[in-house]
Amino acid sequence: MITESNESAVAVRGLTKDFGPVRAVRNVDLAVARGEIFGLVGPDGAGKTTIMRMLAAVLRPDAGEIVVDGVDVVAEAERAKLHLSYMPQRFGLYEDLTIAENIFFYGALFGVPRGERIARSQELLEAAGLLPFRRRLAGQLSGGMKQKLGLICALIHTPRVLLLDEPTTGVDPVSRRDFWAILYNLRESGVTIVLSTAYMDEAERCSRLALLHGGQIRRCDTPQHLKEAMPGALLAIAATHPRDVRDAVSGRPGVLGALLMGDRVHVRVDDAERRIPELRAAIADQGIADAVIAPAEPGIEDVFVALLGEETPHEP
Amino acid sequence: MSPDNPAVLAEGLTKRFSGFTAVDHLDLRIEKGEVVGFIGPNGAGKSTTIRMLCGLLRPSEGRASVAGFDVGRQPEAVREHIGYMSQKFSLYGDLTVRENLRFFGGIYRVPHGDFNERMRFAISMAGLEGREDALVRTLAGGWKQRLALGCAILHRPPILFLDEPTSGVEPEARRLFWDLIHELAAGGVAILVSTHYMEEAEYCNRIALIDGGRLVAMGTPSELRQRSLGGDLFEVDCVPLGAALKALGSAQGVIEAAIFGDKLHVVLGQGGLSADELPRFLADRDIRVGSVRPATPSLEDVFVRLVSTTRETRAAS
Repeated sequence: MITESNESAVAVRGLTKDFGPVRAVRNVDLAVARGEIFGLVGPDGAGKTTIMRMLAAVLRPDAGEIVVDGVDVVAEAERAKLHLSYMPQRFGLYEDLTIAENIFFYGALFGVPRGERIARSQELLEAAGLLPFRRRLAGQLSGGMKQKLGLICALIHTPRVLLLDEPTTGVDPVSRRDFWAILYNLRESGVTIVLSTAYMDEAERCSRLALLHGGQIRRCDTPQHLKEAMPGALLAIAATHPRDVRDAVSGRPGVLGALLMGDRVHVRVDDAERRIPELRAAIADQGIADAVIAPAEPGIEDVFVALLGEETPHEP
Repeated sequence: MSPDNPAVLAEGLTKRFSGFTAVDHLDLRIEKGEVVGFIGPNGAGKSTTIRMLCGLLRPSEGRASVAGFDVGRQPEAVREHIGYMSQKFSLYGDLTVRENLRFFGGIYRVPHGDFNERMRFAISMAGLEGREDALVRTLAGGWKQRLALGCAILHRPPILFLDEPTSGVEPEARRLFWDLIHELAAGGVAILVSTHYMEEAEYCNRIALIDGGRLVAMGTPSELRQRSLGGDLFEVDCVPLGAALKALGSAQGVIEAAIFGDKLHVVLGQGGLSADELPRFLADRDIRVGSVRPATPSLEDVFVRLVSTTRETRAAS
């Protein structure tokens, strides 16, 4: 759900960046509404980090406009930094300082007055469940805790727009879920969040997604709409020997793709109603008696592969 | 290895480091031709277990046999029968594809007469025909990953350990990689893959979930999905989400409620609030409800649920 507002939290037009001969970002347009959790999704090398760094005013675009919270990021980089906060993949925590000292340091860096710094850090530590550990050295924290500490440091000056570059890479699912609970709370308090991720399942938690590939946005919509727009329909065929099922259905008319999973096969077909009886017959012809065909909900990864499969050949 | 023995058998496998138990009486059985996913949070004991199974680390207690050899007493024999690929791929970027293969062929003592044929197989498997002389650092992630797999299987090991093999690889390339894994399994290779990509767990025949060094659950992806949530999962479209979450958090019969994108994921157990009553329950609390529909739990839902229940039980005992 996107709240209507006459001004976007992040507005990008014609964003382009080359590194020598490599066109890292090509003519990207984006509009992120206030209160959104917006996801930039794509594999390594798709341009996610480059876009993030330009939004954060740490990298100058070759062409294009960026406005964050009403501030022209390209023309007024320093002023923009008061409105946004950027957490890069490797957030610079001081490992030989404690949690509390790291937060205090970042607060000073962002010019947060001392009294406010203490109150704010208390509140953030509490929300992240790190209060009991505040005297522990950052170097002794688990990956998930470091990530939370990075987030607290990035939030100490109460930014209106939060930019997170692959914040949960290498973080286990339990810590990842805690991290997301914090993000949802931030959103409730009015912060707009733009994050990048290579985890397709994580992408489903965003309010809207931009699917990036080769420096371009291929699709931009809500996860639900992206799934509905996936060409064809997805079927799950469960069987004791899914591999035999895969071999029986691969290459048949109307089969757009067959993916072998642990205990089933995911088959993308052009028309489910028409193909289910055909596939059922083809599977029975191979002497497979225990196959069960059911419609399956596609994931974002299915959407990605389906869309790109139609547009681009294999790598590189 | 005799035909009926499991490829990997661990019984009560335990590793203690000064005062800390990294792996705690772990039982694990992997059959030939099986792909088993090894899933757990950071620090759960995945790598320690794999290192013991590779014969690199001596168990403190319990036993494990790999390819019929005891990991504690016959580590050399174990290492000859396994392939290992880690998340860093361990390839030499400034060597060519062919040079990397030759190097690993040497390490694994592939007989001279067999090497060319094995190398051809690895190259075609990785889809690297025509790029034998390319420097490895110039290859895209997916190709590097498949080459690393090719290197790990040059000596045709019957058992393969893959430690988080696919981070940062394109979805399409990742799917190709999994096709290869299944291809190898079809040829009888037993494969243990550790990952914390939940999407990837779906590709495994069975999943072993560990936390705090102990096995929490083991089963096929569907089995785990069916039995571990303790109730049925529903996706609830409603506003405002925060208020709905608070109301449901204390409602009877609600096992879990969490925000998921712009909706709520709610697990309902027996004998409390039912899915039919849910819209009314929320409407009474000034929450607007769009829809309530049954949803398939993801393996991440399962994982989080199982790990938190086990931790609660342990804390209580």
